[in-house]
Amino acid sequence: MSQPDVLTRLEILADAAKYDASCASSGTTRRDSKGGRGIGSTTGSGICHAYAPDGRCISLLKLLLTNHCIFDCHYCVNRKSSNVARARFTPKEVVDLTLSFYRRNYIEGLFLSSGIVKSSNHTMEQMVEVARCLREDHDFRGYIHLKAIPEADPELVRQAGLWADRVSINVELPTEAGLARLAPDKNGTRIEGTMRRVSSDIIENKDARKHFRSAPKFAPAGQSTQMIVGADDASDADIVGKASSLYDRFRLRRVYYSAFSPIPDASAVLPLKRPPLMREHRLYQSDWLMRFYGFAPQDVQHATDDTGMLPLDIDPKLAWALRFREHFPVDVNRASKSMLLRVPGLGTRAVGAILTARRHRSLRIDDIARLTVSLKKVRPFIITTDWRPTLLTDRVDLKAQLTPPARQLELFG
Amino acid sequence: MISAYLAPPDDFGAWRTLARTLLQTGTAPADIVWSEEGTSSTDLFSEQAAPPHAVRVDAIRVSRSFVELARTVILHRDPARLPLLYRVLWRLQTQPRLMDDPADADIVQLCILNKQVRRDIHKMRAFVRFRVLQDPDGIDRYVAWFEPDHRIERANIGFFTGRFANQRWSILTPRLSLHWDGRKLSEGPPARREDVPAEDAAEDLWLGYYRSIFNPARLKVDAMLKEMPRRYWANMPETRQIPALIAGAQRREAGMIASGASSFGGTPPTELAALADGLQACSNCPIGCNGTRAVSGEGAAGSRLMIVGEQPGDQEEVAGRPFIGPAGQVLDLHLAAAGIDRGSAYVTNAVKHFKFALRGKRRLHQSPTAGEIDICRWWLDAERSIVRPQIILALGATAARGLLGRTPSIGKERGQLLPQADGSQILITAHPSYLLRLEGESRAREEAKFRDDLAVLKRHLEPQVEKA
Repeated sequence: MSQPDVLTRLEILADAAKYDASCASSGTTRRDSKGGRGIGSTTGSGICHAYAPDGRCISLLKLLLTNHCIFDCHYCVNRKSSNVARARFTPKEVVDLTLSFYRRNYIEGLFLSSGIVKSSNHTMEQMVEVARCLREDHDFRGYIHLKAIPEADPELVRQAGLWADRVSINVELPTEAGLARLAPDKNGTRIEGTMRRVSSDIIENKDARKHFRSAPKFAPAGQSTQMIVGADDASDADIVGKASSLYDRFRLRRVYYSAFSPIPDASAVLPLKRPPLMREHRLYQSDWLMRFYGFAPQDVQHATDDTGMLPLDIDPKLAWALRFREHFPVDVNRASKSMLLRVPGLGTRAVGAILTARRHRSLRIDDIARLTVSLKKVRPFIITTDWRPTLLTDRVDLKAQLTPPARQLELFG
Repeated sequence: MISAYLAPPDDFGAWRTLARTLLQTGTAPADIVWSEEGTSSTDLFSEQAAPPHAVRVDAIRVSRSFVELARTVILHRDPARLPLLYRVLWRLQTQPRLMDDPADADIVQLCILNKQVRRDIHKMRAFVRFRVLQDPDGIDRYVAWFEPDHRIERANIGFFTGRFANQRWSILTPRLSLHWDGRKLSEGPPARREDVPAEDAAEDLWLGYYRSIFNPARLKVDAMLKEMPRRYWANMPETRQIPALIAGAQRREAGMIASGASSFGGTPPTELAALADGLQACSNCPIGCNGTRAVSGEGAAGSRLMIVGEQPGDQEEVAGRPFIGPAGQVLDLHLAAAGIDRGSAYVTNAVKHFKFALRGKRRLHQSPTAGEIDICRWWLDAERSIVRPQIILALGATAARGLLGRTPSIGKERGQLLPQADGSQILITAHPSYLLRLEGESRAREEAKFRDDLAVLKRHLEPQVEKA
């Protein structure tokens, strides 16, 4: 069968890849191409080379090697029973495309995933070959993220980790029941087994590098995963619990949440309407609270309503503060760092600045105004030398005062 | 009044020398009028800078964090940065901890300028777009045009030499141009946008990638504009497509939902008669639109056993009844042999319309696609909730998919009762038409398996008959 031209196939295979939320190019070792044969460098925090009108960053060339697939996962546009156009690239074509984009400063590197053709091992071998060719034949030093196939041979997954900066395996759905219903060919135990192996390989490699500096690096940017939100009936509390257990057990760098979005030729089993994008945003906020603000998963779960859902109109930190008003107001001149981090409207940077500044002076409300983005949001929850909220935290209309004004509903929402 | 003049406005070294001199002469910030290359000093009181007599030779105090900040802030275009930097330096002499006070107004301002420059540096790394041209010696050179907000060109060039160490490139700006030949950097005069080639071989691919990676179901234009303001768009070829992408987005999403299977409106019917009527009007999948008549199930609500086949065949469509053709006769034979009464079961198909291809006058059976089966599940689910069977016999892979939502392996899962969430149990076996296609020994073997499966079914139907 003759293949369509490169542009057509690129369009098909990029279109098929866009449901993976991650496009991060951060967190790997710093390196550049000086003294090498090829091109490429990495920075600490990654670079977004463009933004699409969906607000998402385009950092990597995000591509499927092929969207042919022998699996039949309902939420996936590439499932066997889907009627989408199919295409495939050879490893060499992907290598050429990556280098050609990189040379023009379009991208930070490659994020390669694939539908499963022939067998999981065959597919994984092809993906590893792309990474090997970039690194060995072209001395490419940019970022590479490979999606590991849980069903593939562990040795192949290990090789992927040797070439790539990041390896990821998607847990797909927050609950085992959801997985059984929507991804019948996948197996939660197997997915977690592979995650555990990658995680222990990373730890072992860190240890080896302490003793032998020449030991090859293994996935220096760690591993990540993705959960689809809104395709099954898992609540936010379920999702937060699952994410926290994944962070704990497999030392993941990131859990991505992807609001299920309508796909062409959708399976009839799926809800047709997307969940509100705000829900995804609230989940990311709670993820941040757990990773950077010292919130335990239970704290976030306390911020949910009776059905386990986070409020959509206010952020989870404010929701928590409104529920546990007895902890407020907080005296910014005395309070501990952990308590300052709980104040709605104070970010990690503002808290850092407050801690430094209060060594030099007693902070007044004007000082806080200079250090924060929105004084209005912070004011009801803090005490400064010249400010004390008048029992604001007891007001019943406090929530209404702090909730952003309702926006007009989307026309087709 | 002292006039202080900074010649190359992005040269931190020159500023440091100047500031050191001013500090050593004890010149207070208020007594200096700053000016720099490209701006004319118009202050009436200005005079030549006083000769740098080192009046005070005290060691100058300066914190490392100030030097770091000043290196960046000097690149800002705002002329006010010069008095600000000197004022902070001046204050540092008496307030050595000043830099640690993030609430101080001068420090706040310094941090704002620093942030703006750093952002500009970051955006240049992100938004420079090279196009290829050939040097006289036939080797590719990658050339880009960029207009930074601040004077960051030289300070930022290390990033590009590190990243593209082994390719030739040039970055052209309105202030100067920078060239890398693979070994050393050279500087050239200001350039114009026209100096960059008008097109590039790979740009169409990049534009195609940008179009395809965009998800029209999640339009967030504000988020995009926040990170990629319009002033950068002129140098980014992919941004030309943005207006069309936004305009098409909602239409595309609506289209996906519409074609994404369901024009099933409202709630499913709750009676078999209503369901049969509804079926006739269904056109939610291509088979429903082929002009044939839908064949609804046969049997009573409340039947303990439900038998599900694939789809009506030629004869079934003509008669409007399920399982009366050749496969139906095979089924009847085996059911009778197993002692199962077809009359007391509810018999239906996973797909309700007949899918066929015309060969001359004959209508040849064609298998429904997984998508078509999934669409028709809406009806099958409605039948299940009306009939409420305890056991469902799935004949073949299509029936099993319609019931389970996945395509199982018949060989692995046949002959066992699979418990379902609604309390019923599903027993999978082969489709009788499969038996018809086999001959000789293999047919005998498959028929034996089919009989075994029906025996399992019979066993599980029995005990409850006794109780009743």
